[in-house]
Amino acid sequence: MADTVADVHQHEAHGHDDHHHDQSWLEKYVFSTDHKIIGMQYMFTGIFMAVIGGYMAYVFRMQLAFPGISVPGFGQVSPGEYNALITNHGTIMIFWVAMPVLIAAFGNFLIPLMIGADDMVFPRINRLSFQIFFLSSIVLLGSLFVEGGGFGGAWTSYPPLSANGDYNQTQLGASLWLIAVALEFVAFLLGGINFITTLMNSRAPGMKAYDIPLVCWMIVIASILFMLSVGPLLAGAVMLLFDQTLGTGFYDPARGGDPILWQHLFWFFGHPEVYVVLLPAIGITVEVMATFARKKIFGYKLVLYTAVATGVLSFFVWAHHQFIAGIDPRMANVFTITTLLISVPIAEMLFVMIATLYGGSIRLTTPMLWALAFMAEFLIGGVTGIFLGASGADIYFHDTYFVLAHFHYTFFPIAIIGSFCAFTYWFPKMFGKMMNDTLGKIHFWGTVIPFNFIFIPLFVLGMGGQHRRIYNFQHFPQIAGPEYFQLRELATIALLVMLAFQLVFFYNVISSWMRGEKAGKNPWKANTLEWTTESPAPHGNWPVDELPTVYRGPYEYGHPDREEDYWPQNLPN
Amino acid sequence: MLELVQASTYAASIDNLILFIGIIVGVWFLLAEGLFFWLIWKFRAKPGEKSQYLVGNEKHVKRWITIPHALVLVCDVFIVVGAVRVWYNVKQQLPEPDSVIRVTGQQWAWTFQHPGADNELDTSDDIFTVNDLHVEVEKTYHFKLESRDVLHSFSVPVFRLKQDAIPGRSITGWFEPTLIGEYDVQCAEICGIGHGVMAARIHIDDANTHAAWISSASAATTP
Repeated sequence: MADTVADVHQHEAHGHDDHHHDQSWLEKYVFSTDHKIIGMQYMFTGIFMAVIGGYMAYVFRMQLAFPGISVPGFGQVSPGEYNALITNHGTIMIFWVAMPVLIAAFGNFLIPLMIGADDMVFPRINRLSFQIFFLSSIVLLGSLFVEGGGFGGAWTSYPPLSANGDYNQTQLGASLWLIAVALEFVAFLLGGINFITTLMNSRAPGMKAYDIPLVCWMIVIASILFMLSVGPLLAGAVMLLFDQTLGTGFYDPARGGDPILWQHLFWFFGHPEVYVVLLPAIGITVEVMATFARKKIFGYKLVLYTAVATGVLSFFVWAHHQFIAGIDPRMANVFTITTLLISVPIAEMLFVMIATLYGGSIRLTTPMLWALAFMAEFLIGGVTGIFLGASGADIYFHDTYFVLAHFHYTFFPIAIIGSFCAFTYWFPKMFGKMMNDTLGKIHFWGTVIPFNFIFIPLFVLGMGGQHRRIYNFQHFPQIAGPEYFQLRELATIALLVMLAFQLVFFYNVISSWMRGEKAGKNPWKANTLEWTTESPAPHGNWPVDELPTVYRGPYEYGHPDREEDYWPQNLPN
Repeated sequence: MLELVQASTYAASIDNLILFIGIIVGVWFLLAEGLFFWLIWKFRAKPGEKSQYLVGNEKHVKRWITIPHALVLVCDVFIVVGAVRVWYNVKQQLPEPDSVIRVTGQQWAWTFQHPGADNELDTSDDIFTVNDLHVEVEKTYHFKLESRDVLHSFSVPVFRLKQDAIPGRSITGWFEPTLIGEYDVQCAEICGIGHGVMAARIHIDDANTHAAWISSASAATTP
């Protein structure tokens, strides 16, 4: 990032940029085409949105545990506000946190650095991608403040509730919400094109398909899944927007439409979307595990093939979200089979992670703790999914807190644990400083322990028959007893503890950035190419005459022929 | 921890399926986590000890993945069979009814249409109630589920029954209560700002009490 004369030379040599003068601050950090800066822009926008999403969770969890109280920092929560909070919490955490941080931020930052390229193939499309994403964030946040308030029809936005202002009472909020989501999809389509093309065309000399670090593969497979699944939903979103604003009747049964159509279009995208965010998180985890177990991944190709198999299967499972939605009951049997089949490749990936530890020399650094926590916690999310994929059990569990706890046990490891894992691991490369390990570990335990205390009570509540998206359970005598409220309070208090510990993280980031110990090129003694350049990497990533050449795969740790226990990809021997 | 009442003929079969799945995935879960934490402890970094270089290409090494792979598949088959059997019974077949009721969701209340003394739906002696469903124990009911506006979901946790209501359609399902009592009916699909107050009660009575309710309700509604 240091703007030196050498950097300006590189610009010319690379033909990146027509600037012959030093870049202004605006050009360098706001309208940059540098993949690393765009990655940071995505990251900081994502972190900002995560703070908002976390605040929303705080407000509605307070309302659930202590109904009717005036929530500090918000006030009393009305039913309409409650619906807007849960809707936008879900929307933000998936589309404005998991997607931008895991795919866009780390995809942008890591892919060129890890494959030895000087930048993305289409830097300007990349910049456009972020600008559209930024616009979508503003539209979404704006939708919370318009007349009638933010959209409150749940993140799945089922019509007719979402299609008609008379039903949802947030006409403008609903349309803005939909526009924001559609814009966000456009941004990720542009970003995805870039990831796929860059991985195909810009690899360092000598880097064959099986020499590509798994995290790059995973982000690219995720981008392909996203591109293949998002089309039907975009079409569906346009129809929904027409229903909302032009008064068409695509989803209105009174005029020959069908509300279930939206559910098919939504979940045809929505289920692959789970794997769109899962795969990069798995990629990050195996990367970090290999480095800190000093071990070759137990089955590189196995991870790759199972990722592809998961991707293919994920297009045939969507209706497990609709078992009781009024689809033909015979269809449920088909989707039960495909859904349970997908447990095979996912289980295999987790087996590979476990097997990779065998024979290792495991160092429990902060990033490694996050990686291990991903495996340990995601497994809970995985096994509880079996109950929901089994049609007979889903009759009871559908739309209860069991579902909610299940998918938080998948999304939290993916989006939060996975992101912290990547952030703490690549922080030295991003900022040139080491993070404080003690503070990192305090933050780790302060996040992971309360996390379990939030969601295990919610599993129990779900088994007790408590349904989702209800703002006050006092109207239901069976679930309004004191034992239910104790569980709700436990979950809320655990959330408060977890949120408080995030302050440690922010303090650690800022203080390490300001005064942290300088990180060398390769503080973790890792093999992949990003560790062969300066920390932080300069514009163009490597000096032109030092662009790396690749001689071997990314996970050659503990090789018997070498003194050192690692063998960087770029060393000839 | 929480007491769960089973009040329909199929509630126990759904609970048993959940228990069955719980045992299978519980065993996997404990094995995987146990092995995982044992490996973390066993292969912790020790000074002067280098990690092993394992490629993982040999058959006897690959077995560590292929055998669990096959076992997962076998477990999946058992779970699918169990799930489909329960599903078939609850959702895919309809036993002969003793009585038919109509359940209509709207923002934000449930309307229940009971057949009157003639036990025929859609006749002049039908009894309409709001948020109170009266049924007789050990009788098989068909319900016709409809909606006036948005999606709702008719959920009776003690029956383990749930079905979405869709405007423009009438969905038929069944249940047979087995336990006398008064329980919650929830709406399980977000339906707008009143979703949280869309609470109804189901009153399951013995034959005499139910008959008495029919005659008193008919008397109250007959003009």
